Amino acid sequence: MKSSDVILQTATKVVFFLIFLFAIHIFFAGHYTPGGGFVGGLLTASAIVLLLLAFDLKTVSRALPFNYTIMIAIGLLLALGTASASILFDVPFFTHAYDYFDLPLFGETSLHSAMLFDLGVYLVVVGATMNIILTIGSDD
Amino acid sequence: MTNLLLFPILIPILTASVLLFFPKRIAAQRAVTVVGLVASIIAALFLLRTVMTDGVQAVTLGSWPAPFGISMVSDPLSVSLVLTSLLITLGVVVYSFRSIGEGREKYFYYPAILFMLTGINGSFTTGDIFNLFVFFEVLLLASYLLIVLGGEKRQLRESIKYILVNVVSSAFFVTTVAMLYSVVGSLNMADIAEKVTEIGQSGILTVIAVMLILVFGLKGAIFPLYFWLPGSYAAPPVPVLALFGALLTKVGVYAIIRTVTLLFPHDPGFTHELLMILAILTVIAGCIGALAYYDLKQIVIYNIIIAVGVILFGVAQMNMAGLEGAVFYLIHDMLIKAGLFMLIGVIIAITGTSNLREMGGLMKTYPGLAWTWLVAAFGLAGIPPLSGFFGKLLIVQGAFEADNLWGGIIILASSLIVLLSVIRIFIHAFWGEPMPVKGTSAGIYRGLLIPAVLVTALTVFYGVGTEWLRPLMWDAAEILHQPSIYIDAVLKE
Repeated sequence: MKSSDVILQTATKVVFFLIFLFAIHIFFAGHYTPGGGFVGGLLTASAIVLLLLAFDLKTVSRALPFNYTIMIAIGLLLALGTASASILFDVPFFTHAYDYFDLPLFGETSLHSAMLFDLGVYLVVVGATMNIILTIGSDD
Repeated sequence: MTNLLLFPILIPILTASVLLFFPKRIAAQRAVTVVGLVASIIAALFLLRTVMTDGVQAVTLGSWPAPFGISMVSDPLSVSLVLTSLLITLGVVVYSFRSIGEGREKYFYYPAILFMLTGINGSFTTGDIFNLFVFFEVLLLASYLLIVLGGEKRQLRESIKYILVNVVSSAFFVTTVAMLYSVVGSLNMADIAEKVTEIGQSGILTVIAVMLILVFGLKGAIFPLYFWLPGSYAAPPVPVLALFGALLTKVGVYAIIRTVTLLFPHDPGFTHELLMILAILTVIAGCIGALAYYDLKQIVIYNIIIAVGVILFGVAQMNMAGLEGAVFYLIHDMLIKAGLFMLIGVIIAITGTSNLREMGGLMKTYPGLAWTWLVAAFGLAGIPPLSGFFGKLLIVQGAFEADNLWGGIIILASSLIVLLSVIRIFIHAFWGEPMPVKGTSAGIYRGLLIPAVLVTALTVFYGVGTEWLRPLMWDAAEILHQPSIYIDAVLKE
């Protein structure tokens, strides 16, 4: 199906990045305030779905040439790997570590190992959602 | 090693994640799956040794203090179930090499099995009732894939039924957990048990106990909630059927065991009486089904339902003999059902049908298959010294000790019907005039028969080694009988 909706396509080119940036914001906000990998992942997936609506399946898969199944696998390994680091230190599984660092630009920042786990969740959610939508969408 | 008890859960999910990278390379899929399962079995053996020497193992995730974090607990019952599940899965995976077909192997068959195994082992190990729900969902999601994989018409029809039933029961499960939380204020099973003891098991808690029995009963297929099982289980190919039949219902049974022994043991006059009546009705309904069909799959599937009834009847006695018998019989039944399903898979591969009326005389051409079937059939019925004998003996002894004469007699009588139902398969399929069969290549026959024989041999060892296994089973039953051992192990840290 070739769509020729100029307004939708033009708006999408801007709105896609807005949604994506907001998704990243929500992702990082997740540690102390509402948000996190799951919501961030869903928002990102919704941005890609908007692209799919405005353009067609082929264009989007050329612009974002990801294999979403591999994305799920990487996400799972990242999440499991982060949680499994606790095995090396012989503390209960999922125990997370954090510390404060002085980063350029950001100033004093607290970095958490839980963020890596959340990144895994993010990848799994994006991968799974996109897999479902593409499977349904490519039926016709 | 603080985290040793998590290894049988972690290794399968890690292996499954790795398998997602190369779904189309079948040889690599098979090899990685077998390596992952063997590693899990080794970890489970270590865990078994640790539990036997050092007592119940518990870890609360994320270093949170015990009632607040998610506790994982490994006691003799859960570790032996985990080990049994792993062994059965390894057998079924090897069996699948020659029977499941390339089409399914390329579409995430092995990852699905491993994800399901993660859910099963997690359910056996978790000490948190909401986490139990999560692991139930993990194993159910993987089982949805396994039941529909292949997309035959019958599979599609039955998977709709299967998904609907399980979605409804999961909804009830969450509702019940919410009710339990609003009354008790905790999700940690050990903590719940302690609080229920403190405040006394009032009416509302008994209602919650009955709701939990019904929710788990729907998954474990007790009367009258087993209606979905015979149809749904018969739809997928035999290796998947073997996994489902051996493992999935047993997770429901395990959850019921924990509910009535750990969480709500204080009103046996109501909850245990109810469980016993349901168990006896389950046995009777299963017996009727097992005799009614001329279909190999259906006969063995109805035998699952009988076994669920027998195990829960043992649990409902709430004395040492009954509980120990239930544990013995639970593990026996997992092994023997896997063996029986794998054997009927061989018969179906040879004859090309699962209808008993269309086969006969296989004894002359396939004697090895025939004798293995006979051994498995005797084991199922509980002819000493095979594996079903000792568990049933203890269950009946428990029933007599608890003055449930009639229940005990019904269980004994059901053994005869079980024997009749599987011997009927022997008579029809192996004796009589040889019928023209589709036949199968010697390679496939061997590839199917060898894992089936190995699993059957395992049940024989289980039966002959009863004396050797007794201490483990005794410990498992003692913790069910005196939940304070379990509670202390979780909360004392």
